This record gives sequence, C-alpha cells and structure tokens, in this order.
Amino acid sequence: MALKTEQMILNMGPQHPATHGVLRLELELEGEIIQSVQPHIGYLHRCFEKHAEAMTYPQVIPYVDRMDYLASMYNEFGYVIGVEKLLGIQVPERVEYIRVIMGELQRIASHLVAIGTYGMDIGAFTPFLYCFRDREKILSLFEMTCGARLLYNYFWVGGLSHDLHPDFVRSAKEFVKYFRPNIKELNDLLTNNRIFIDRTANVGVLPLETAINYGITGPNLRGSGFKWDLRKDDPYSIYNKFDFDIPTGQGLVGTVGDCWDRYYVRIQEMEQSLRIIEQALDQLPDGDVTSAIPKRVKPPIGQVYSRVENPKGELGYFIISDGSVNPFRIKVRGPSFVHLGVMNEICKGHMVADVIAILGSIDIVLGEVDR
Amino acid sequence: MKNPEEIFNILKEKFGDAIIEFASSQPVDPFITVKPNEIDKICRFLFDNDELLFDSLMNLSGVDDANGKKAAGQNGDNIIEGGTLSVYYHLESTKFKHKLVLKTSAPRENPEVNSVESIWRHADWHEREAYDLFGIIFLNHPDLRRILMPYDWEAGHPLRKDYKNPEFYHGMKVPY
Amino acid sequence: MIYNFFYSITGSLLIADIIQSLLPLFIFILPFALFAVWLERKVSAHMQDRLGPMRVGSHGWLQTIADIMKLVQKEDIVATENDKPLFNIAPVLVFVGTYAAFAAIPFSSAYIGSNIDLGIFFIIAVSGFVVAGILMAGWSSNNKYSLLGAMRSAAQIISYEIPTILVIITIIMITGTLNLNTLSEMQTGHFWNWMILGGPQLGIVKFLLIPFMIIGFVIIYISTLAEVNRTPFDIPEAESELVSGYHTEYTGMKFAMFFLAEYANMFAVSAIVTVLFFGGYQSPIGYLGNLLHLKWLIPIEQLFWFTTKGIFFVFVQMWLRWTLPRLRVDQLMAACWKYLIPIAFVNLIIIGLITLL
Repeated sequence: MALKTEQMILNMGPQHPATHGVLRLELELEGEIIQSVQPHIGYLHRCFEKHAEAMTYPQVIPYVDRMDYLASMYNEFGYVIGVEKLLGIQVPERVEYIRVIMGELQRIASHLVAIGTYGMDIGAFTPFLYCFRDREKILSLFEMTCGARLLYNYFWVGGLSHDLHPDFVRSAKEFVKYFRPNIKELNDLLTNNRIFIDRTANVGVLPLETAINYGITGPNLRGSGFKWDLRKDDPYSIYNKFDFDIPTGQGLVGTVGDCWDRYYVRIQEMEQSLRIIEQALDQLPDGDVTSAIPKRVKPPIGQVYSRVENPKGELGYFIISDGSVNPFRIKVRGPSFVHLGVMNEICKGHMVADVIAILGSIDIVLGEVDR
Repeated sequence: MKNPEEIFNILKEKFGDAIIEFASSQPVDPFITVKPNEIDKICRFLFDNDELLFDSLMNLSGVDDANGKKAAGQNGDNIIEGGTLSVYYHLESTKFKHKLVLKTSAPRENPEVNSVESIWRHADWHEREAYDLFGIIFLNHPDLRRILMPYDWEAGHPLRKDYKNPEFYHGMKVPY
Repeated sequence: MIYNFFYSITGSLLIADIIQSLLPLFIFILPFALFAVWLERKVSAHMQDRLGPMRVGSHGWLQTIADIMKLVQKEDIVATENDKPLFNIAPVLVFVGTYAAFAAIPFSSAYIGSNIDLGIFFIIAVSGFVVAGILMAGWSSNNKYSLLGAMRSAAQIISYEIPTILVIITIIMITGTLNLNTLSEMQTGHFWNWMILGGPQLGIVKFLLIPFMIIGFVIIYISTLAEVNRTPFDIPEAESELVSGYHTEYTGMKFAMFFLAEYANMFAVSAIVTVLFFGGYQSPIGYLGNLLHLKWLIPIEQLFWFTTKGIFFVFVQMWLRWTLPRLRVDQLMAACWKYLIPIAFVNLIIIGLITLL
C-alpha cells in the first residue's frame, strides 16, 4: 500500500510570539518546505480613515500617532506636511530643525526595536535587551520634550506643541556620544555572528525588479541594492541642508537583497541618523515654534499626496479637502501594508524557520498594516 | 523629467476620448481624469513608454465622491443615490523622477473599474482594500475579496458616506 | 561505602538499597534543579544588563520555590482529543530517563549509586528513554506545533548521540575501562593527571594526546548541548516559532517535571564530561584531608570538587544560551553529520594509533 502524502496547512495564528502583532499567516507546507504564504490581516483594524472624516484636522493628529506606534513622530510628520501644503503656510526654521531632530531620533528608536526583535526571533535573546536599554534613553529625551514616551501629539499643523526643554540639546549630544560605540557592540553580537549569518544570508532574496513592482520602499528596497531615499530623491522639510549617505545592500555575506542585507542597512542607517542629529543640533536656530499655527485649519478645496521616509518605508498621506474643517478623505499608504503583500513571493521554497527570519527582516508593525 | 501638462498632451494624442480632462486649478496636485474601462490600457502605456516609464505605483485609493442626491432609504436612514465612486492613482517613475495623478470615476450603482494588478503587483492589496471599504469592483483582479473587514461582513462597505453599522454580527452587538 | 553504612545501620539489604537510591534524588537532584533555575535567571539577567529576581528572599533565592508552589497548584488540563495514557506517561518517561543516568555517576569515592562495570554504557543506553518520552509528548498533544517540535527533537537527539559515543570510545580506548568509578580513581593526583591533559601515565604518549583530547572535549561538549536541547540547538523549544514545542500542552505538575528534567539532564551531561575529561571528583590541588591527616574529610572534599566542576560546566551552558542565536534545523543536522562526525572519527583513529605506541 503506497503512502499518501498531502500538503499540511499550518496556521501561525493571530496570537504568536513572533508575528509582531496580531497577524495570521496561513502556511501551506510540503514537509518543511513552504508552498505558499497567505497573510490574513484586519485584526487591528480601527477604522482610522472613517474616524478622520468626523474630526477636525488638528484632532486627527493623535489618531495618526497610533498607526505605526513605534515611529509616531514620523506619522505626524507626513500628515502635518500634507496639511501645510494644502494651506500653503510656511513654518519657521526652528520648527523645521526640531522636526528633523525628532524624526531622526525616532528613526533610531524604531530601528532598535526592529533589530532587537529580529535577534530575538532568530534566538539571540540578549541583544534585544541591549537595544531596549538604548531606546529608553531616546524615550526619555522625548518625554523631556512633550511629556509622552510613545504617542506624542507633538507636531501640530503649522508648528509644534511645545518648544524644546532647555536641557534638551545637551542631553541629545550626550546621547549621540553614548550611542555610537553601542552600534559597534551590536555588530559584534549579531551582525558578524556566524550563526546569525547562517540563518539570514541567502534567505528571502528580494530581486530589485520585483521590489519596485510590488511597491517596496525604505530599508527593504535599499537592501536590494537600489539607492532610493525620499530624503534625497524627493526632499521634504530641510533634509537637503544635511550631509548624509544612503546605505544600500551589497550582498556582503550572501546574495544582494537577502535578509542580512536588509538588516545591515538598518544598522548603517542608525549611524547616518546620528550624523544628521549632530549637524541639526549644531545649526539649531532660535525662534518661536507656535507662531505659524493657524487658529482654524480650513484648507481650500483640493487634494494633496504628501510622503515622507518613515523608518519602515514610504509613508504617504492622500488628503482630500472639501473646504470644511473636517477632512473629506484621508487615505494612508502605510509601508507595512505594502510590504506584507510581498511575503508570498519571497517565502516560496524556504522552510518554516525562514518565514520568521523573513518576516522579521521586512519589519512590519500591525498598527500600520490595519490602520 | 516631464510635468503633468506634457504627459496629458501625450496621452490625449494617443488615447483621445478615454482621457476626459486635466484639472489643475485646485491645490495641490493636478490630476488627469480618465474613463474607468480604459484605465488598464492607459496604465500599460505609461508603464512601457520609454520617455515616461512609470514603473512604480505609489498609491491607489478609493474615494466616495458623495456627489449624488440624498434620499431616504428603506429603514429611514439616509442613502445617496446616483453620483460616483472614484479611484485615484499616484504614479511615479524611479528613473525620471516625475509624478502623475490619475483619476477614474464609476457610477455608484455599478462601480466597475479595470484592474491594474497585472501591471503593478503593488495594486493587488490596494484594490482589495478599495473593494472592501467602498465596494468598487475591479475587473480581472485575481483574488478580489475583503481584506480588512471580516470575510463574511455583509452589512456593506464601511467607508461609503451613507454606511450604517449593523445591529448584530454573529450574535455580538455592534454599536457600543 | 555509604551502602555499607546504611546496611550497618538498618541491618536490611532492601532498606539500605531504597535509601541509597533515593539519596541522589532528594539530597542532590531536586535542590540542584531549584538552584539551577535560579542560577539561570540570575546569569541571564546580569548578562542582559538587568538584575533578575531580587525580592523573594535576598537576591531572589526563594524564587524557584515560589514558582514550584505555583506550578503544583495549577489545574492539570488534559484535552479531550489527547491520547490520555501517552499524555500522562510522557513527562514521567523523560524524567526517568534523566534520573536513571545518575545511578552510575560517581559523586565521590564514598558514594556511587551503582558501581556497575558497564557505567558509561548504561548511561548512554538509559538516556534513550528521553527520546521516547519526547515523541510521546509531541504525538499525544494533538497539536501540529508539538508534533513538529517533537520530531525535530527526536532527530536532533538521536543524531547527536553519535559524536558523543565516538568520543566516549576514545576515552575507553585509552583507559581500558567502562566503569566510571575506576576512571575517576585513575585520574588521581593533581590536575595534570586529568584526561584532558593526556591521562595519568607520564610519557611521550601523554603529550601527544593533549591536542586530540581537547578536540574530543569540544566535540562532546557541543554534542551534549544538543542532547539537552539547549541553545544554539533549542529548535524543539524555539519559542518564536513553535510557541513551546513538545511541552506546549502541558500544565502544572507535568510541566514542572519537564522543566526539572531539563535541568537535571544538564547536570547529568556536565557530570559525564567532568568524569571523562576533568578528573571526576578528584581535586586539582591535593586534599586538605591529607594535609591535616583527617581521612574522613576526603570524601566530602571530593563531593565539593565534583559539584563545583559540574556547576561550572552548567554555567558555561547557560552562558552559551544567552549569547548565541539558534541554528535552523537543517543546519543543525548538517553540523552533526557533515562536521562533528567526521572530525570525531578522525580523532578516534588518531588516538587509536597513538595508544599503540
């Protein structure tokens, strides 16, 4: 009697230690090899876009924070730039500098979470705690400025809610000095670790053509070797005043576009963010951060698509205004939503353990996927 | 690098009737309105043409234009009759760095738009989301089903302006 | 010796037997398992730049007891679909497999559970119970994740027994005995008589053996790491992939048995490594009892040295767990079959040739 084999459907269910939130992955397995991956999302859908239609423009900002809750400053950045374009107002220079500093600190914090949880998924428990220890210092800087550690409501339409604390510049410079050697320590623990390289090199290779066609942006696209960064290719705010490099994946230990490349791009980006923060802190001008905030935000009829380089990719806001104080339609193009769509393509032919490695290297946040 | 006016002229020459108008009076982005059943041919042209080379779809969003007549529905709630549902496409070229906004509108009672999923795989999930939240049907889409709402949600399409929450879903009370 | 002591007290062979076989369980294994859990939490905490349990007892030494009390009073859940006899027996088998190995390990010259001439052979054979227990646990849990974890674990343990046995054979070739007590006695004297440094007989053979002994030690340490399912080989319990592998479905006392069995197993393999390579219960620097002419002090000192060496190797196992990421299952198998086994074979042949000299 011949043995019958059939494909097994394994559910990495909504509750799982490694799926970065409530995500359901339906894996079709042939033994340990994956035939297809179907993500099922919507567990964290909070109807942000419908809520936004009932509120005024400034009231939307705390909701916007809660989408990618690990990089809240950047969510606000994108939205606020869009509304300011519609209104046609120009913010003071001090506001621009502070926005850049906060945004880059937020980028470092978000990448620390990505790297820490990625190490933990692969099995190295210790770098996770080192990353969070460093992230605590960034969160204290944020708390010093606006009182909140995770969800800030700091960027307002036309300016900021509070000016910087008098101690902020000194503390931020101390942080930059403290954090630089820690990147080297992370490299020793994870990046150059033989076992880590075995788990991530040549796994989940994302070819460049596929990446652009699927709309992949951010560190994932740069990991495939394409030098595309919105801060240089479509500059917003005052990023064209700073001098920084765009790291790309070069296949140093495997193929170009594998998980190790995407991970290493994030490590290098943290270094570049430190450079931007240093330059911004040195050039910080004086001014009043609340001077350009309008009394009533009532944009003219029109629409705008504003995009920023979120730590996870290109975050886009498509805002349609019908002339009233409530937005008519806000559509958020979240990078995590787009990146999750490519999972099926790059997971084929790998093993179950690799799905975790690939999912961690794509770095999604379910708040942004589901909105 | 071309600006939207030049691209509009190129498209008008090639497709004639399918291109309806070029709107640039309102802030901020000028957009080109096209017919819903020709959108995939136009996008294929934009994707393949050597001078335009729009190889990246930045965003695809459904919009409820709410430009119909308000009427009373069966249970006394307000529904909108007539009017259109629109889909906005934001395109970009990574080589030439120019951008373009396209818009198509389909009638509310029969919102059918051709799918551009075969050109940009990116559109796959965005079109599913537009179907889920607005009810816009994308023809030739390989797998059009709900993505954010539960798969068996029968109370309609939430982001429409005349949507009302159902009382119960699987025995659970919906409004709280 | 202790057996005779009990016999002389109680006058009955049977009671002396029973007491002697229960001794390692209560005096050593259970307290050690409790201590090892606390040690792991403190070691991991300090390596991760935090403190670990600090409140329950000074520096948290009562934490494990509190955890065990919590586990004991938890509800024992057995799902309806589970295969009940298998489900209930599995943790018992795993615990028995690790506990039985302690019978042949010499804790000191005065105490060895069972001084059989087949010592090390018995230990390897009886450790096979653990594989059966794990497979039963995975199958009867009626859970795809547990099944995957159990099969991976069985494959891993069975494969890594081979390099272990190959290295053990080299030791047997040099010393000519399977009896662990005799092996420990042979390494008497100071630390340069330990097997890792070539063995007790001075001569050219001793110095030739040293590099190969070190290779053998590394191979057996890695293989025994894989046998106890510790990182970097903890695929069966990989939390981020399979929730908890083969013991996902267990609660309460049964889970506590798996838990304690893991730590007891860690000590058992560390003990085997010390007996084979590091002199067993022999002291590296001579005995205080000899210095002070107190004969009864020596077995106590030997017990002290044995536990110290054992705990040191357990500490290194914990250190490795919190530093290294884990290997994927096919890399794990490749490491065993493509790297460790050929090296162990070559080691065996070379040592065999050297002993002919």
